[in-house]
Amino acid sequence: MKIVVCIKQVPDTAEVRINPETNTLIRDGVPSIINPYDLHAIEAGLHLKESLGGSVTVLTMGPPQAEGALREAVSIGADEAVLLTDRAFAGSDTLATAYTLSSAVRTMGFDIILCGKQAIDGDTAQVGPEMAEFLDIPHVAYVGKFEDISREGLRVRRLMEDGYDIVETPIPVLLTVVRELNQPRLPSLKGKMRAKKAEIKKLSLADIGADGERVGLAGSPTQVKNIFAPEARKDRKTLAGTPEEQAARLIEELRGLKCI
Amino acid sequence: MRIVVDVELCTGCETCVSSCPYDAIVMKDDKAFINEYCQLCRACLEVCPEGAIKETGTAAAVEDSAERDSYRGVWVFAEQRDGRVADVALELLGAGRRLADARGTGLSAVLFGAGGPEAEKLVHWGADRVYHAEDPIFERFNDEPYVELLSRLIREHRPEIVLTGATPIGRSFFPRVAARVRTGLTADCTSLEIDPETGNLLQVRPAFGGNIMATILCPARRPQMATVRPRVMKRGEYDEARTGEILKISAEGISSRTTVTETVKEVSETMVNLQEADVIVAGGRGLGRPEGFEMLEELAGLLGGAVGASRAAVDEEWIPYSHQVGQTGKTVCPKIYIACGISGAVQHLVGMQSSDIIIAINKNPDAPIFDVANYAIVGDVYEVVPAIIKRLKEVKGG
Ligand SMILES: Cc1cc2nc3c(=O)[nH]c(=O)nc-3n(C[C@H](O)[C@H](O)[C@H](O)COP(=O)(O)OP(=O)(O)OC[C@H]3O[C@@H](n4cnc5c(N)ncnc54)[C@H](O)[C@@H]3O)c2cc1C
Ligand SMILES: Nc1ncnc2c1ncn2[C@@H]1O[C@H](COP(=O)(O)O)[C@@H](O)[C@H]1O
Repeated sequence: MKIVVCIKQVPDTAEVRINPETNTLIRDGVPSIINPYDLHAIEAGLHLKESLGGSVTVLTMGPPQAEGALREAVSIGADEAVLLTDRAFAGSDTLATAYTLSSAVRTMGFDIILCGKQAIDGDTAQVGPEMAEFLDIPHVAYVGKFEDISREGLRVRRLMEDGYDIVETPIPVLLTVVRELNQPRLPSLKGKMRAKKAEIKKLSLADIGADGERVGLAGSPTQVKNIFAPEARKDRKTLAGTPEEQAARLIEELRGLKCI
Repeated sequence: MRIVVDVELCTGCETCVSSCPYDAIVMKDDKAFINEYCQLCRACLEVCPEGAIKETGTAAAVEDSAERDSYRGVWVFAEQRDGRVADVALELLGAGRRLADARGTGLSAVLFGAGGPEAEKLVHWGADRVYHAEDPIFERFNDEPYVELLSRLIREHRPEIVLTGATPIGRSFFPRVAARVRTGLTADCTSLEIDPETGNLLQVRPAFGGNIMATILCPARRPQMATVRPRVMKRGEYDEARTGEILKISAEGISSRTTVTETVKEVSETMVNLQEADVIVAGGRGLGRPEGFEMLEELAGLLGGAVGASRAAVDEEWIPYSHQVGQTGKTVCPKIYIACGISGAVQHLVGMQSSDIIIAINKNPDAPIFDVANYAIVGDVYEVVPAIIKRLKEVKGG
């Protein structure tokens, strides 16, 4: 089985703040990490390899520094690592990203592709299903459990709003995974040694035979018009006084609004 | 397009360096320089006090404006579960009506599965037309049949805007539809407006975990597609007398490589309660101990509401995860949301800030929760909440 795991290096958004005066991101010292959901995808890849045999390849599209994320994945247990990097890829939206990644996995070969549910910088959850569409293979999103694993196909639990579905799919397939699926293992000492020396295969636009019109900004139908800080309420009333006075004023206000 | 620094204008103040989420701005010879890490996210554009950061070249041009303008009409894909149209579809009909009026076009709903009465219901909630496919293949949600039929309909009828709920169903199959018809898709929008100048759809959504909001456009391709979280848009008016056209659609020749063999419901009481409650009393780490939630239960009880929580309170195990409100919890939109000892981190705010009235009780006057509050009460929850409970009982009593 050739298992490909798509990972993304992201700024740790928990640490990103906005400066309300200048309306800009404050990113000082915010570390870059592997998208947390993708750690679960790597773990799922290793688990599938343990059951079915084969190899786990991690793939990322990003700037040269994304190599760090790939080495980390190797230290956790990935067999191979591929970095898709080219200035032509800058500014890709999800459609262009999915097109680029799918062109790459097509040249690399695959049986099972794993993605995280979503990347925490954009939170779109679109790249996985869009890749499956470009590759013309089925996908199952929000996989929270493997019910049955065999060479012919997988039976998985897909988490829904009000419960879950049991879905059967043939292979090849693309899965997007959620945190409930597994507990990612930590890098081993041996893995860390291997990661230092591991060869990171680099692929450019020309190497994956993709159409230059469909990648990067040129291939992205969506554009960011502007960014801004979430707005504050303008009609705020501060209720002052002792707790008893505050309580009394609040209830008076709510009665005035016919809320109680 | 590229983003570059005009070295003539750059004073080397370094303001821009920390604005870049991708570490792509570095100082070189006392001037800012944008390296190959740049993802063209535009976060730096407005930052420079000298206006030295500029875009060069233009983004993908409108390829063929006549082709683009031949797309007309606003569509809402109405998700159904167990034969019942999801509430988010009704909310989207409210939003869709506004957009269709702004564009001077019609509003259509698309319904796969469910019965005739559900299709009628979509008309009463604002649709001029309903495309309804009643095939048994749609009984349980499977991506491929949904993708195939919706893509077919889009290619045939060419709507300019197509919306659906940002639910597990919508977020799973809509990206595939967008990829098939080769257009853009904007996830989790919190606001949708028509740009009066260009007629484009202005799609606002949170990014970087809700720390910032971004306006997204899809200027050159059609349709413009977006998903919207439940409880963000307001429903339109229900009108029993409204009439519309219901078109039966055939699902001939549609198949699926995946099979859903079982659907299991795991609805907890609180989940239903939270999303339907008119009043939510929510607690955060500021409660300091699990017993604080007993006090909130009492207040919620008096107001006929439910109890919510921040992630910090859930992480402390003071209350189960099913009560969590926010980015990784539920989105709620009650009439009254009372935040007790919650700081108001963006990840919490995205889940509750469209509530009609927000009351915040916090002992720190600078807590960000006050930025979204209609009523700010600076004080200790253990003094203020008991006072409110006492007062409420008095009012109710007499
Ligand atoms: C990817 C991601 C997803 C997340 N998703 C969510 C989510 O879905 N929902 C969510 O809520 N959070 C989420 N978070 C966490 C979020 O960033 C905050 O950490 C969390 O909301 C903080 O909870 P809090 O306000 O209860 O705690 P704190 O930030 O610790 O705030 C406690 C507040 O209580 C006040 N206080 C203390 N004592 C008293 C008292 N006696 N009386 C009155 N006030 C008092 C303090 O002044 C303070 O403002 C997420 C984070 C990440 C990174
Ligand atoms: N640039 C990228 N390189 C590799 N994988 C990616 C990239 N962007 C997104 N993905 C994958 O797609 C998933 C969903 O990302 P998103 O659609 O951006 O929320 C991620 O969890 C990754 O598995």
